Amino acid sequence: MRPIITAVALICASIWPAQAFEIEEEHQFPAPNASAELRILSTTDTITFTPLIEGFQKNHPDLAVRYTVASSQEVFRAIYDDSAQFDLVISSAMDLQMKLANDGFAASHSSDAVEALPVWAFWRDQLFAFAQEPVVMIASQAAFKGLTLPRTRQDLIRILRDNPERFRARIGTYDPQQSGAGYLFATQDSRQSDTFWRLAEVMGALSPRLYASTGAMIGDVQSGKLALAYNVLGSYATARLPAGGDGVVVELEDFTLTLLRTGLIPRNATRPDLGGAFLDFLLSDEGRRLIRDKAGLPPIDEAALAAGQHLRPIRLDPGLLVFVDPLKRRRFLNEWSAALIHP
Amino acid sequence: MKTYLAHSIRRRLVLQLLIVAAVLAVLLYFSIRTVADDAVETTQDSILGAATMAIADQLRGADEGVEIDIPYSAFSMLSSISQDRVFYRIVVGGETITGYPDLPDPPQGTSLLSPVYFSSPFRDTDVRIAAVERAVLVERSSVPVLVMVAQTRQGQAAIVASMANRAAALGLGFFAVAAILSLLTASSVLKPLHRLAGSVGRRGPQDLRPVTGSTPAELVPFVLSLNGFISRLRAALTRTETFIAEAAHHIRTPLSTVRAQAEIALRQTDDAETRATLHKMIRAVEDSARSASQLLDHATVVYRTDQRDDARIDLRTLVQDVARMSDPTADLRDITLDVTVPDIAVEIQGDRLLIESALRNLVDNSIKYTLADGLIGIALTVESGRADIIVTDTGRGLSGATAKELTERFRRGANVADVVGSGLGLTIVAEVAAAHDGAFTLADRKGGGACARLSLPLR
Repeated sequence: MRPIITAVALICASIWPAQAFEIEEEHQFPAPNASAELRILSTTDTITFTPLIEGFQKNHPDLAVRYTVASSQEVFRAIYDDSAQFDLVISSAMDLQMKLANDGFAASHSSDAVEALPVWAFWRDQLFAFAQEPVVMIASQAAFKGLTLPRTRQDLIRILRDNPERFRARIGTYDPQQSGAGYLFATQDSRQSDTFWRLAEVMGALSPRLYASTGAMIGDVQSGKLALAYNVLGSYATARLPAGGDGVVVELEDFTLTLLRTGLIPRNATRPDLGGAFLDFLLSDEGRRLIRDKAGLPPIDEAALAAGQHLRPIRLDPGLLVFVDPLKRRRFLNEWSAALIHP
Repeated sequence: MKTYLAHSIRRRLVLQLLIVAAVLAVLLYFSIRTVADDAVETTQDSILGAATMAIADQLRGADEGVEIDIPYSAFSMLSSISQDRVFYRIVVGGETITGYPDLPDPPQGTSLLSPVYFSSPFRDTDVRIAAVERAVLVERSSVPVLVMVAQTRQGQAAIVASMANRAAALGLGFFAVAAILSLLTASSVLKPLHRLAGSVGRRGPQDLRPVTGSTPAELVPFVLSLNGFISRLRAALTRTETFIAEAAHHIRTPLSTVRAQAEIALRQTDDAETRATLHKMIRAVEDSARSASQLLDHATVVYRTDQRDDARIDLRTLVQDVARMSDPTADLRDITLDVTVPDIAVEIQGDRLLIESALRNLVDNSIKYTLADGLIGIALTVESGRADIIVTDTGRGLSGATAKELTERFRRGANVADVVGSGLGLTIVAEVAAAHDGAFTLADRKGGGACARLSLPLR
């Protein structure tokens, strides 16, 4: 009797962690006469992805889709620690996706669609980008009244130094401790130039507000609570800021990071073929059109990158693993806190 | 045929050259592969080593322990050649501080001052690991810090595979070129051999001259012994012919004596029976003398075809001389000799004695087989670079035998049993024709009799 109880306990213990990661929302896209279910774990809001899923289901009417949204760190934990069962993992946290692929959590996938990708948009045959999104600044025109909008980080530093009262407690940026995307932006910023640390010092002196998501930041810019939001995902900003409104998107010309939104098929996926089919759909002509027109994300476009000389795509290479290293992370966050948070 | 093929020098030569080429091609393939493998591994190792050193160089001793700051470029540079997976591990004082704790340790007892490379299975794959050790001063004591960076080698495998494909193509190309060259080589090596075989094979049955001309050193012993053999054969033949000539001569002389004595006896007796016997005796002696004379002629012809004494000779005079000499014999049997020659001299390059002998045999033959009151035509014509001597008679013809058969030694026609003869006459004619690059033909003449034609080139 005792071994059976132990076994049951062990089985329960092994099942239990599957629920250990925190999800933000989960949405079912049923299909009449569904023969199978495609399970997607993603950091992208359901509303953004709905047109893509519906477009996919038009091509595969017999597939139901379960779309689960979690924060990038939770998405990573779900696969890395909890071995959660999903057929496709979509995340904007390139570093964490890279860690998953590097550590052997991604299955190989090959198709005409992924082979057509430019070389910077995939890593091995496991990690594939389907959207390239500039990381921008949002400025409230009212707050900048009488000042020219900054075009570079040097401009911004100068403006902030010259007008401390106007911007005190009215600067918003990601809290890298809470947000995976924020951490990625901050670390990549720090790599690009030393200006980042000067900017951090200047911002720190003006008691910035820290956010865990882009949405809240944009909302606060619109309500007038914030004068500017630094390091915001451009696609979200353009989608949510009404044209002709107070908030404007600024792509800084010294450099503007470009994030690659990536997908991978977990090694333990029950239906890797379905995950692959959805990935191929995202990269197909129809998928790219939907991504651009309905989801409001810029699809992978080499010409657009070449045209914007200030755009710096974050490279999909093992360098991303450096800032995932816990020691390095602790070190970076310490420095960042020291620069930005003045009690 | 099979044994011929099995012993074909050419085939053996080509086969061995091909085997050598194949072995070389395979060696080429493997050496390129090995070199490529080493080169790619060395390149990737050095990048891996650089990454490891980049981390090691950032190690600092601090109050709270060892300060580790992995540079971004350390891992980023690893993707410069291929998209391979990267693992790392940093061990301070025997304890893994960060990275993948299950990354295997470097082999024991190696100096880790500069990067040490080793391959090892890791988790679900195989990796190449670079390890380097640094001593860092913490609170005035030295702490060893081990830095290891590992990378999978799928990229290297892909590069090596593509190089191996190229090496294979190169090996095949090399083999193809070598195959063509070996065929050419075999042909060129065997050319002197073919030339020698050809020059020996082309020789006529009578040609017993020694083999001369350029001979490859390897074949000199063979040619020397062949020439020795030929000269021995020639000496034997010469001895035989000389013997026959001697014999014929020794027979002819006593026969003349016998004939003279018989004629004297014929004049001295009136007894009809004795006279008839003596007549028979004289005829037999004549035939014997004639045969002996032809044997001598033949021996002379054989001897002289080997050692010809060529000169400009006038066929017109020759024909007229032979006709004149044969006239008395023909007269005896009331046979008319009708000689037709051109108005001008017909000069050829040849051996006068041989041609005269041939002509005399032709005319003698005709006289022998032509009945009394017959007609023998001897004509000399010149036509398209050759001179033809045509002897026609009204004799009994060939009666079905071919010219080839009749020119064999001691071979006689089927219809000549009543006429004595040695069967050597036409043989002599044919041999003389051959010796002068000419031709001898024999055919039935229209209206009975035979027509013999001796053609000699005008030179």
